[in-house]
Amino acid sequence: MILSEEQQLLKDSAKAFLSESAPISALRAMRDAGDDHMPELWSKMSEMGWPGIVIPDAYSGLEFGYVGAGVVLEEMGRTLALSPFLSSAVVAASLINQLGSEQQKEKYLPSIATGELTAVLAADESGFFDLEDIATSATANDGGYTLSGSKRGVIDGHNADLLLIVTNGDEGMSVFAVEKDAAGVSCETRLIVDSQRAADISLDSVVVSSDALMGTLGGASDALEFTIDVAAACSAAEMLGISIEAFERTVGYLKEREQFGSKIGTFQGLQHRAAQLFAEIEVSKSAVLAALQALDENSEKRSVLASMAKAKCAKVVRNATEEGVQMHGGIGMTDEFDIGFFMKRAAVCRQAYGDYHYHADRFASLRGY
Amino acid sequence: MENLEQFRAETREWLEANCPEDMRQPMRSDEDQCWGGRNWIFKSEGQKLWLERMAEKGWTAPRWPAEYGGGGLSGSEAKILGEEMGRIGARRPLSSFGLDMLGPALLLYATEEQKQQYIPDIINGKIRWCQGYSEPNAGSDLASLRTKAEDMGDHYLINGSKVWTSYADKADWIFCLVRTDFDCPKHEGISFLLFDMTTEGVSTKPIKLISGTSPFCETFFDNVQVPKTQLVGTLNKGWEIAKYLLTHERAMIGGFGLAGGGMKGMGQMAAAKRGTKDGRLRDASLRAEASAFEIDEMAFGLTIERITDETKAGQGTGASSSILKMYGTELNKLRQELFMAIGATDALNFDTDSKGALVRSWLRSKANSIEGGTTEVQLNIIAKRILGLPA
Repeated sequence: MILSEEQQLLKDSAKAFLSESAPISALRAMRDAGDDHMPELWSKMSEMGWPGIVIPDAYSGLEFGYVGAGVVLEEMGRTLALSPFLSSAVVAASLINQLGSEQQKEKYLPSIATGELTAVLAADESGFFDLEDIATSATANDGGYTLSGSKRGVIDGHNADLLLIVTNGDEGMSVFAVEKDAAGVSCETRLIVDSQRAADISLDSVVVSSDALMGTLGGASDALEFTIDVAAACSAAEMLGISIEAFERTVGYLKEREQFGSKIGTFQGLQHRAAQLFAEIEVSKSAVLAALQALDENSEKRSVLASMAKAKCAKVVRNATEEGVQMHGGIGMTDEFDIGFFMKRAAVCRQAYGDYHYHADRFASLRGY
Repeated sequence: MENLEQFRAETREWLEANCPEDMRQPMRSDEDQCWGGRNWIFKSEGQKLWLERMAEKGWTAPRWPAEYGGGGLSGSEAKILGEEMGRIGARRPLSSFGLDMLGPALLLYATEEQKQQYIPDIINGKIRWCQGYSEPNAGSDLASLRTKAEDMGDHYLINGSKVWTSYADKADWIFCLVRTDFDCPKHEGISFLLFDMTTEGVSTKPIKLISGTSPFCETFFDNVQVPKTQLVGTLNKGWEIAKYLLTHERAMIGGFGLAGGGMKGMGQMAAAKRGTKDGRLRDASLRAEASAFEIDEMAFGLTIERITDETKAGQGTGASSSILKMYGTELNKLRQELFMAIGATDALNFDTDSKGALVRSWLRSKANSIEGGTTEVQLNIIAKRILGLPA
């Protein structure tokens, strides 16, 4: 369980690029300007080919695998870089690659790989990421389908070009590729805690051609399970990066801040909590790497490991950011200080693609109880 | 790669042919372990055969050099052996402080003569070792130990006592920390000695624990004569060996955090006992706790794997044994708590026969985060040596 030389190189170059091009100050500047995404950063990432990391070579991707995507996401977590990398280049691209016809893959994957096209999964309707809650319907009409329903809290939804709409019916779950500007699609956005926007999407009798159906009608379940695994493992990687950075900043503060005439890092009460957190982060590192490797190998343990990693990292990042604010004391509560940004992004990552409870519950079911 | 596949095939075949049937059953309690030694009484013919066969191949110590009777396997081969043993649920043929603690230190610090004298008997389970470390006033603060060894020309004369000596009453030999210089800082002036527990002046007294069993002893040394050839490493430099050995002890105790081979998962065991409704464990709170536990257990197992691989690749982080020790023992205590919850009121049975094994095992586990350096000492080590927090 170690990174290959290529994976390590990718990680190092991602770290160098992100600390230069997307430091926390860039996020703060974006927020202060009233913006909710970073198009220039995405252009630069696209120039480097990052949107093609998991996309197969046959569709102009880098075919670098999920460990590759994970190491980049870990570094993105460290600087809180905002981009559609996870939602479009990893999650949506994986679903298209799993489920799409040859024609659909040809149509979408190469332009996702260049970063020109962004796509998002629009599945959740209750906010709890439970596929059983999906009520959006697809009714066959002459030569196509009519989609009706609504999706909730789709991050990057309003900026994406293509929506992967999940529907449910007697035949089972299906996925349709719908252009965001198709007639009947409307978006309302909400500002969320980490300064991004999430979209509530309404589908009011949206008429699509049969080409829009990915795979067969009612045949999307397996591909969606795979996509949940991808989303869980990769979002865990991002949370790992947030945990590591928040922790390192906190330890740095313990070594520098003085109270009662000594560095607060000399206090055993704080030392033990920091040491405990360090051990938890070490353990979550292994959880993430194993889950990413299982995706690359398409191992039978894939889903168990993915939910394990997401649940573990959600717990640890909560702890790391909470302790981060607590150990910084009053200054940690101020907007001027950066540590709060980590807690806010962590809150979003924890909930994205199923929170701790969702994945601990899924884990238990997968393990047979 | 092809060679490894061949090794796997041969290993699988050999294990199938040589692992006795009763050695493929999960251990029900600590009683099922084989410790070896001069006075060991095998619990079954299978236990005896399994130790002999594995020892002959050197596979009780798979990675130790073949010249001393070890398996001489590479890291990848040893991993395959472990996986193949796990596949058939094979028990560890020999539980031994010689294997887990003393051996690695001897390989690094002992003279050639000492290696040849002691290592083969560790591998074949002929000599059972115990560890003379803690003293009544030197527990977590181990380096303040006071057991004295005086230079008498051709031998050392030992006086003092040890406490928490695991299985001292059953062991053949002891590896022992003694003070050979009192006029220096406490970490200096400590030496590392080996001696036979039947030497005149050595006596032991078992300590009865809250679990009702006596795995630990007080050990007394009253004018014990130890030949100078039984000193390991340099005089007064024993603390270095002691620390090195402790990292192995921590790794071993941390291993308690791993799921037992061939055992069902905690959640499935709970479901079997408590029952299910719509395919889910009936008690939602127990289900949530079992799931949280299994997630940590799995992530911890992967961490041992990752740290082992990193160490092999020369990327190891120092003091990782402290992380494993701390995490693994806390995990095992939680495991025992869940076993008690699943066992329900029957689990309270304190009979001396196997019915009381569960509650004894639960009580015993409370020592995991004390022995081998408490959880708090491990946290101190992580805070200072890894995080570099100021003293």
